[in-house]
Amino acid sequence: MVEYRIDRRSGVATYLQIVQQTKHALRLGLLEPGDRLPTAREVVAATAINPNTVLKAYRELEREGLVEARRGLGTFVRRSLGPAAADSAPLRDELAAWGRKAKASGLDRDDVSALLTSVLDDLYPIGGDHR
Amino acid sequence: MTETAIEAEALGRRYTRLLPRRVNWALRECSFSLPAARVCAVVGPNGAGKSTLLALAAGLDRPTEGAIRVLGRSPADARERVAYVAQHKPLYGQLTVLDTLRLGHALNPARWDQATAERIVAQGDLDVTATVRSLSGGQRTRVALALALGKRPELLLLDEPMADLDPLARHQLMGELMAEAAEHGTTVVMSSHVIAELEGSCDHLLLIRRGRVRLQGELEDVLAAHALVTGPADASLEGHTVIESRTTGRQVTALVRRGGPLPAAHEAAAPTLEELVLSYLREPVA
Repeated sequence: MVEYRIDRRSGVATYLQIVQQTKHALRLGLLEPGDRLPTAREVVAATAINPNTVLKAYRELEREGLVEARRGLGTFVRRSLGPAAADSAPLRDELAAWGRKAKASGLDRDDVSALLTSVLDDLYPIGGDHR
Repeated sequence: MTETAIEAEALGRRYTRLLPRRVNWALRECSFSLPAARVCAVVGPNGAGKSTLLALAAGLDRPTEGAIRVLGRSPADARERVAYVAQHKPLYGQLTVLDTLRLGHALNPARWDQATAERIVAQGDLDVTATVRSLSGGQRTRVALALALGKRPELLLLDEPMADLDPLARHQLMGELMAEAAEHGTTVVMSSHVIAELEGSCDHLLLIRRGRVRLQGELEDVLAAHALVTGPADASLEGHTVIESRTTGRQVTALVRRGGPLPAAHEAAAPTLEELVLSYLREPVA
């Protein structure tokens, strides 16, 4: 079983925090296929967040094929997530090469960070999604 | 279960003071519809009419004009399915905590949930044989909420429920309210001044100002309909409704209700609930 930690000041939508923490637990092997996620009642009693937020997070995890809802029984893990680092090693190398180029051309840490953020914002728009 | 928890139509409540004679509308032309199974925040400045609205919904006060329906009926007919905790938490001072819960059971024989009521009282670590009079304000609030939740209502009306609770009790009781909503689809309507506290818990907003509904709807939609924009002071925001704007040098910061795509010259961000509410409360009244 996992316990969710909700940070209301993080700026990350609450349902996304639940999605991310669940995936994190899957990567670390803290959750395995067959495990039951806490019920919406359990999550909201502990965190005081709105029940619909938990249901929205679970629907998102279900849409991604990570969990399944079994009527009357709860929400169960369907598959685990492999450690992210393994298959992304070549991508990391490419990014590191790009980073060295950026540094050599005189960009400082903040410049590079701003550049990355703007590319990420273009690729993964967050528009309109609040909670 | 009914699909609409509260429906108000041109609701108004007027109070008349006799000497010197003065007529004061606490609530006027108030129309809104709250779907069932929502957790609704009622916000607004002191004296805006929040308590009047909750008392009308509870059937403890009658409208001067207009109409209010609760769970599809008149407030008086719905009373058995509604729990209301007034701001001053009225309880019988001479009764013990245990007797208060017994009274709750006796008054609601068909619906009473003793386990829930006892659990809420037990979390507070208070002496159940003590009289209500001897309890602190926060402890009394806990007993009042235990009584309200023990009734297993379909609609829970709470007027400033968290005001005198310590941070741990706030968190616990808000968790209890959310758990009740998750398990039984209870509609919760609560007024509060602590906006940040409502943000994660509520999914519906009712903003009242000077006795009128200024803003209402699903919280997600309401937030998405607004933007906090920063841009050059001379750029036009035509087509958008400016709720509040401040100019500093060449820069303007404004909270707007979007009327389409925002001008490219402006940087837009999603407002938090607190930013949104504050802007509406500062908005000059015509």
